[in-house]
Amino acid sequence: MADARPQKPQKGYSVRTLPGFAVVAIFTLITLYAPIAILVTFSFNAGTSMAIWEGFSLRWYQQAAANEAVQDAAVRSLFLALVAASVATVAATMAALATTRTRHFPGKTMIYALINQPLMVPEIVTAVALLIVFAAIKVWTGHTSMIYLIVAHTAFCVPFAYLPIRARLETMDTSLETAAQDLYASRWLTFRRVTLPLMWPGIVAGLMLAFVISLDDVVITEFVKSAGQETLPTFMLGQLRRVVTPEVNAISTVILLAGAILVSLFFRLTSKRG
Amino acid sequence: MSEQATYRPGELEAEAQAADNRNRWILALPAVVIITLAAAGPLLVMVVYSFLTPGDYGNVVWKFSLEGWMNTLVQRDIFDDTLIWADAHLSIFWRSFSLSLITTVLTLIFGVPTAWFIATRPPGKREFWLFLITVPFWTNLLVRTIAIQELLRSEGVINLILLKLGIIDAPIQMMFTNFAIGFGMTYVYLPLMVLPVYAAVDKLDFRLVEAAHDLYAGRWTAFRRVILPLIKPGIIAGSILVFIPSLGAYVTPRVLGGGKNLMFGNLIELQFGQGRNWPLGAALSLMLMAAVMIALMWYVRVTSREQSDG
Repeated sequence: MADARPQKPQKGYSVRTLPGFAVVAIFTLITLYAPIAILVTFSFNAGTSMAIWEGFSLRWYQQAAANEAVQDAAVRSLFLALVAASVATVAATMAALATTRTRHFPGKTMIYALINQPLMVPEIVTAVALLIVFAAIKVWTGHTSMIYLIVAHTAFCVPFAYLPIRARLETMDTSLETAAQDLYASRWLTFRRVTLPLMWPGIVAGLMLAFVISLDDVVITEFVKSAGQETLPTFMLGQLRRVVTPEVNAISTVILLAGAILVSLFFRLTSKRG
Repeated sequence: MSEQATYRPGELEAEAQAADNRNRWILALPAVVIITLAAAGPLLVMVVYSFLTPGDYGNVVWKFSLEGWMNTLVQRDIFDDTLIWADAHLSIFWRSFSLSLITTVLTLIFGVPTAWFIATRPPGKREFWLFLITVPFWTNLLVRTIAIQELLRSEGVINLILLKLGIIDAPIQMMFTNFAIGFGMTYVYLPLMVLPVYAAVDKLDFRLVEAAHDLYAGRWTAFRRVILPLIKPGIIAGSILVFIPSLGAYVTPRVLGGGKNLMFGNLIELQFGQGRNWPLGAALSLMLMAAVMIALMWYVRVTSREQSDG
């Protein structure tokens, strides 16, 4: 390009442009969304095909909504995500308060490593390790309630809840808390009226992230669940072995929509303006 | 007054410090307990299980055995009891490794230009493009895999278009192949490449690129000799971030690879299902974990060097 126009190399010439990069980037971005767009489109198909359009219809949504197995799995998924994300967020908030805004203290590295441990290990490895332990406990106690799923989900939700809360705490102005204490506020009052409101966006972001992570989990749930404890993702995984109809697309679309809304809100909360 | 005088210098501070440490530990305790119970602890139990004898109907018999670890690589011939290489396992290890490598290369080919494109947008618009990359990453992995499955099916959109255009006469079998797994993993892990490379390009000092052009370097030379070395830490970070989950992938190969094209994660599952060999499954899991840990340590080394550089 520079050789072609030696007279005025400055005009339209940017070092930020690399030949072909923009084309590949646009292609990549389209490819990233095309499969999802197709999946969503055919959830509204009147026919059973997932490639031939036969007109608009909500029949697959109606069919999914009327399916008792789907209702059951959806309620279980929401309950599980709500309980696990809430417990994980409380634990993560406390842990974030413990590990930030301090010099090094004995055990800090260990606590930090332990909290991040679920992120380091492949999910399938954690899943079979939990299968081993929970199978032994299930045999020993004969108890097979949702508690195993709740505990497992809470554990892997903790690091996801911890990250945004910790990030929020680290950027918080400590002088406001000092000011509160100068004005004779007790430590508890300072925490409740100053610290907690300031870190609240981080806590809500952590809760939402943990909720999405729990709602999406399929591997650990698949190995920990007892009979009749399908969540929405494990139900869908099981369906894939049979004849697939756009009913799966309808459920997928609802999950996508819920996830996209939560993630958008998460970005809102954690962006610099928040 | 007299009581305070009995404190040695620094003793009060030390005591306050100790109390602070104690409070911090108490605060961190719930998180520590939950993760020890349901993540870190079970991994230790799995180490024990890898040295036990498999039970007839799954689970284990509490008798020490090295068979689990041996069976990861070799197996006994059923006729003459000699040891032979476990070819099935070795080919699965190779598939996992090679597909993860291919996935990493493909995400590089598509991810680096995408990251460059986003980082060179006007500052106010970058957040929007980044958001477009991040949203698919946080949406359900299973759903994204299902989307790929529907695309690749014999009666899916790709085959339909090719048939309509007359390029093919019969649908191509794309599902349940290594191609499907590689395609799917590239699709689901691409954002993991784009984000660290974006961070590296974002920090790039474009005056250095201008200097290269002033010194008569063409675009390609400037890219190869100036830009690439400067964004290398981001590229390495992205590569490891893609390689690690690919190696441990379970959902994508299960849905797109089917029962014949197993990867490491599916081989592990098999031992706890039809295989009924929990010690072997435990040993395989620990092997996978070790492989991931090696890659992670490399990652930490690379990123810490990056931080000290700049």
